[in-house]
Amino acid sequence: MKTNSPVERLYNGIIKENPTFVMMIGMCPTLAVTTSATNGIGMGLTTLVILTLSNMMISLLRKMIPDGVRMPAYIGVVASFVTIVQLLLEGYIPELYDALGIYIPLIVVNCIILGRAEAFAGKNKVIPSIFDGLGMGIGFTIGLTSIGAVRELIGAGQLFGFQILPASYEPVTIFIMAPGAFLVLALLVAVQNYVKNKKAAKGQPVQQSSCGQGCGSCGNTVCGGKKL
Amino acid sequence: MRELLMIAIGSAIVNNVVLSQFLGLCPFLGVSKKINTAAGMGGAVIFVLTISSLITSLIYKFVLVATGTEYLQTIVFILVIAALVQLVEMFMKKVLPPLYQALGVYLPLITTNCAVLGVAITNVQENYSILEGVVNGFATAVGFTIAIVLMAGLREKMEYNDVPKAFQGMPIVLLTAMLMSIAFTGFAGII
Repeated sequence: MKTNSPVERLYNGIIKENPTFVMMIGMCPTLAVTTSATNGIGMGLTTLVILTLSNMMISLLRKMIPDGVRMPAYIGVVASFVTIVQLLLEGYIPELYDALGIYIPLIVVNCIILGRAEAFAGKNKVIPSIFDGLGMGIGFTIGLTSIGAVRELIGAGQLFGFQILPASYEPVTIFIMAPGAFLVLALLVAVQNYVKNKKAAKGQPVQQSSCGQGCGSCGNTVCGGKKL
Repeated sequence: MRELLMIAIGSAIVNNVVLSQFLGLCPFLGVSKKINTAAGMGGAVIFVLTISSLITSLIYKFVLVATGTEYLQTIVFILVIAALVQLVEMFMKKVLPPLYQALGVYLPLITTNCAVLGVAITNVQENYSILEGVVNGFATAVGFTIAIVLMAGLREKMEYNDVPKAFQGMPIVLLTAMLMSIAFTGFAGII
């Protein structure tokens, strides 16, 4: 696939560098809002819209933003789009607005958005940047929805609010409470490690996850190097 | 006074910022390998969060509400917090070198700590007065410090444990966080 073609960018975001399953960034919203598949899809799509718009805007402005103040400028752009989307949600989809609550304004500090601005949109043309945002956003939505679906199914016996498991099933409520989020994520990373170890044992090259330390390393690379 | 105490206990223990609200997970997972560094991070967060709650409450009450531009809160808060962290860093370096030596390295990491923005927005959503906002900020940071220091203590012990290969590193830390989180849900009845 040609580098930076729309298809390559979508593939990159959804499969190769999936923000949830491969890169493991943006973990705060991932854990906080995935109490149900509906919330997961809502948060994923909200982030998708903001990510695509901010990637587009930052790519358009990339020659105008001086290098020394790029981080505050990016934060300004992202915060503006977050505010716009927040007001739209409050007006048109109040149920989702109530369900996501404080995590909507907190999209501003989501590592994925500033990370893509820094790593891609600030250096590339507009069309690839838009598709980069779309790909990453779809990848994030898939991640959140599937984690939400697992937690909702085990924790409430439901999927998207519909009863799936028979009424005799006793829901494991802890899965939709805070500890369940840590448990699901721990198992997810363990599976990922297992696959990596298998690959390494066979002598295949292992793709190094950029965020082995959760998003701790993200603080160092993306936002810690902030210059004001 | 009773109100303030309720807010303090509520944000420090019952609704612990890391273990039940998932804010500030990045430093919680990233800087919790040693008790010393964890305590340093906790100290820096207490310092910044208390000041930032004060400043953001003041700005909200006297600038945003007064000019009718409450909808700009997200933009204003994040830029104020970013600038504030830089100022605190410069101020400490000049005036309090010993404190800077102890906390300096953690300060730049704090801007990315979503707990700081989270508390500023919670203060607005809950309609806290300025004093209540500051107490909420301080207590939230204390809760963060409790969680990260406990986690660091457990991780120092876990160094010597025989963890299955696939669970080494992040997974076992997350499982520990799960158990801590279950323990903290036990406080839910206090208030």
